[in-house]
Amino acid sequence: MEVNSKESSLTSVKHVILVLSGKGGVGKSTVASQLACSLYRKGMKVGLLDVDLCGPSIPRMMKLEDANVHQCSDGWVPVYTGSDQRLGVMSIGFLLANRDDAVVWRGPKKNSMIKQFITDVCWGSLDYLIIDTPPGTSDEHITVVESLRSFNPDGAILVTTPQAVSVNDVRRELSFCRKTDLPVLGIVENMSGFICPHCSECSNVFSTGGGAALAKQCDVPFLGCIPLDPNLARCLEDGEDFLQSFLDSEASKSFNNIVTELVHLDNKTET
Amino acid sequence: MADINTIDENVPENCPGVQSEGAGKSSACAGCPNQTLCASGKASGPDPALPEIKKRLASVKHKILILSGKGGVGKSTLTAHLGHGLAENEDIQVGVLDIDICGPSIPRVMGLDGEQVHQSGSGWSPVFVEDNLAVMSVGFLLGSPDDAVIWRGPKKNGLIKQFLRDVDWGVIDYLLVDTPPGTSDEHLSIVQYLKTVGITGAVVITTPQEVSLLDVRKEINFCKKVKVPIIGVVENMSGFVCPKCKNTSQIFPATTGGAEQLATDMEIPFLGKLPLDPRIGKCCDEGKSFLTQVPDSPAAKCYKEIIQKIVDYCSSHENGIA
Repeated sequence: MEVNSKESSLTSVKHVILVLSGKGGVGKSTVASQLACSLYRKGMKVGLLDVDLCGPSIPRMMKLEDANVHQCSDGWVPVYTGSDQRLGVMSIGFLLANRDDAVVWRGPKKNSMIKQFITDVCWGSLDYLIIDTPPGTSDEHITVVESLRSFNPDGAILVTTPQAVSVNDVRRELSFCRKTDLPVLGIVENMSGFICPHCSECSNVFSTGGGAALAKQCDVPFLGCIPLDPNLARCLEDGEDFLQSFLDSEASKSFNNIVTELVHLDNKTET
Repeated sequence: MADINTIDENVPENCPGVQSEGAGKSSACAGCPNQTLCASGKASGPDPALPEIKKRLASVKHKILILSGKGGVGKSTLTAHLGHGLAENEDIQVGVLDIDICGPSIPRVMGLDGEQVHQSGSGWSPVFVEDNLAVMSVGFLLGSPDDAVIWRGPKKNGLIKQFLRDVDWGVIDYLLVDTPPGTSDEHLSIVQYLKTVGITGAVVITTPQEVSLLDVRKEINFCKKVKVPIIGVVENMSGFVCPKCKNTSQIFPATTGGAEQLATDMEIPFLGKLPLDPRIGKCCDEGKSFLTQVPDSPAAKCYKEIIQKIVDYCSSHENGIA
């Protein structure tokens, strides 16, 4: 089933970036949502697509849990975070009647849902479309990469935590990117180091340095470390804008650096 | 020696699966030698492997699933430590089966990186950590740690079926099944295949935040839907004790009451809270048992209490669900 690029909703999207990780719970949705917010704060038009069908986290993190998707003549209208309509979000979470409903689907049903997300959402013109994915290298990933092929996605950002157990899974994700010819924009190390609010001692709760070492070993760019920050976790819980509330935090700075790096990469490829 | 390439059952990449409505009719079915069979609907009958699985697992007393809708909350860590903890008693035989096909962590966490599975007349021999602790994972079938298993559902299901049908566990007391995150192919398949022999129950694990609880509620509803009894919920990474000043910080804040509230709301037992101890992660990376490395730590004590509760549940539900 080839997607007809003329009719599709992604024709006026400039950059498509996937956020991937072989491992679950390492911060894919956190990184995806904060990248989207950070790009938005830089004045871009941004779309955020959540293709994790069994465990969508994006609606909660963006404080859009009760939102519903509307239909227009061209397809689904994404849910916008503000009246300026510069940050649009799409997730299966918006389509469920009850937030606790389990989506118990095998591959083929998930695949057709993802194809619909790629073709039937009217994003309009966007500077960036960020795609958040579930863990693994299976149906969702194969389908999203296949469906995006005709739009030349910029590439993937891989998220890992520093432990060997997580780095192992991310190595597999790297092989997936290589096998599917998806460029790797770089690796982000999340949850690296926790600064005790009582004594300011930095503890490496999940070890340290795994992401940078992996990037070096596999010869892909290392985009930066994001420290464990309870404020970040709390903001995501409440859907609060972390980048605005904790502008000077280390984590905020890391996200901004990553975005600067990404925009820089894109400018280089354009010229 | 078993190899990942020989277990491929020639499933076409986009096979919709014999149970699906599109069996034999989807575009991927064109040219498949089984197309007519699938389209006729005959293939959607009871799986011929079910009686074989039943026979194979007749010698397994308790089958426990370790589930969580969310990834990275500690399923494999809990599974491994349940295994270590139960196997401390030399008279108890324990098996650990890892059905996370795309991201197998069990080999690393149990210190079995680079091990391989051998084939014998009676099936695939699992890899042994101790005399009474046997392990099986897709990780043992891969040639290199970089190898990605890029498979769609039907192929994953085929391998899970083979794990259940062909692994020679012998007579064991506990079979602990570690699962991937989500509520999809792997979960439906393991439940479907194990139904014939009865599942003792599922242990659900979560971290304290609502973002994780959201997914875990879905998993619990999944269990209710497919009628798998829930042994209880475990909260992991709840509270971090600074090794320097001994103050506790909530790295992953329980803004909605955490797993305890969830257990009350959904009327399921709460098994306990495991603190976030950096030494647990370190032990997992090194493939050692935290329970024997740091036996006096609060986390190890919590683990032991949780294990005891699971043992109690199993002994009071000897027959499981038939």
